[in-house]
Amino acid sequence: MKLVIAIVRPEKINDVLEALYRAEVRGISMSRVQGHGGELDRVETYRGTTVKMGLSEKVRFEVAVSDDFVQRAIDAFCTGARTGEVGDGKIFVLPLEQAVRIRTGETDEGAVTPVDK
Amino acid sequence: MAVGEIASIRVSAGDTAWMLVATAMVLLMTPALGLFYAGLVRSKNTLNTFMMSIGAIAVAMVTWALVGYSLAFAKGDGFVGGLGHALMQGVGFAPRSGMAIPQLLFFAFQATFCIVTVALVSGAVVERMRFGPFLLFAGLWSVLVYAVLAHWSFGGGWLQAHGTLDFAGGVPVEMGSGFSALAAALVVGARKDYGRQALLPHNAVYVLLGAGLLWFGWFGFNGGSGFSTGHSSVLAFTNTLLTPACTLAVWFVLDLLRGRRVTAIGAATAIIVGCVAITPAGGYISPAWAMGLGALAALPSYAIILWRPRTRVDETLDVLAAHGTAGLTGILFIGFVAQLAWNGKSNGLLYGNAAQLGHQAIAALVGPAYAFTATFLLLRLIGLFMPLRATEHEEALGMDIVQHGEEAYATGEGAILVSTEVGLEGPVPVAQP
Repeated sequence: MKLVIAIVRPEKINDVLEALYRAEVRGISMSRVQGHGGELDRVETYRGTTVKMGLSEKVRFEVAVSDDFVQRAIDAFCTGARTGEVGDGKIFVLPLEQAVRIRTGETDEGAVTPVDK
Repeated sequence: MAVGEIASIRVSAGDTAWMLVATAMVLLMTPALGLFYAGLVRSKNTLNTFMMSIGAIAVAMVTWALVGYSLAFAKGDGFVGGLGHALMQGVGFAPRSGMAIPQLLFFAFQATFCIVTVALVSGAVVERMRFGPFLLFAGLWSVLVYAVLAHWSFGGGWLQAHGTLDFAGGVPVEMGSGFSALAAALVVGARKDYGRQALLPHNAVYVLLGAGLLWFGWFGFNGGSGFSTGHSSVLAFTNTLLTPACTLAVWFVLDLLRGRRVTAIGAATAIIVGCVAITPAGGYISPAWAMGLGALAALPSYAIILWRPRTRVDETLDVLAAHGTAGLTGILFIGFVAQLAWNGKSNGLLYGNAAQLGHQAIAALVGPAYAFTATFLLLRLIGLFMPLRATEHEEALGMDIVQHGEEAYATGEGAILVSTEVGLEGPVPVAQP
């Protein structure tokens, strides 16, 4: 059981969601974050003030999956989020100690397996 | 007419006072439209969308002063005015014939019409058209399309001479912008995600506030189009209250029938549709018929707003439905219900003058045809010299950052001050990790 964290470009959200859906990865959460991944900085000017924007808008997906699904989730993120330019993002896979589905009290593998109904 | 010819013609203080206010009210409509449009796009395109309206002020005011006003209102032939007022020659304190306000004020009032009409067309191409080509298009369009249509309708051109009634610009402003918008959308092409992803309005409050401010400005637009404080202005002013209110009410019912909920963005759209419908008809039809027009105008515009997103045509902010269609409805409606008792000019079909409907139908055919064709060719021509639209990558990033180097909702987090000497040369490379 792993926690897969993927940080991707906001404009690729829909492509990522579609790829995850095709990979049958269903339980996901998403948050908007700011980050820096080595891409070129943007220079913006507001009246006389010119600034270099060190942080770019990014989106962070978190998906808890059983071991069989880890590679499928990674492949889905890569397919959905890749543009080939610097700044496409990163995927981190972390061991997951415990998972509980609040509604039923199911734990671990049962909790991260999608419900069909 | 020379600037000095003042003595013989009387200027009315009351008319002038009202028209000064009305002109300022119409100018407010352009930033109001910017706000309305900005709310309808995604947040990454907020500023660019707003700036297209502001850009229209910069460009169209200048072209109007150089040649636009002259081509619309100087003596010429039926198709286009002459160059007698080019560079504002002879536009001074003396009134035009039949008016009691200085021509300089008439010039300013009509300029605000040209500006807002140019801004309206931008709704068709937001979120992907590059800003530079848009400004070039705006300048040329204001002369080649707007000034010509304005001449036809109220500069002494062939439509006006023929007997077409168009109070405040159903042909040049509403149908002119609406059918040009359709052509612009076809030439520029759809946004890359159009039809694949939901592209939703990012701030419905902007949309409602923009619509409210537009409605306010429209009292100057229609109420000022009598160029006086006389009956036609009072009638148009009151009708500008009645018609959109009725459109709103009917729009609510249509929303309820279709989705069981009344929508806010639908309401904002209804206000625009109602204001547009009464624009050509304001000073010509009775208040009761103005209410009828409001109710009727909701139907075709609502239908087109439902139908258009199912097509491949990404006429993004539905200028055709809100302006082209509602303007057409208003123009034709005059032909049925114009009343001599109210307008002192002509009756419509229901009051025994079928010919008026014929005059209106000609305007409803030729106005859109000219606007569509001229805009289509103009944009194709500009497209030969420069790319009209941003690249897919730029479109994904959003036009605010790409075209203006600003964000509407910048937080400033992670922003590093750059000294001006090195800062203005585009993206600054940073070390690769």
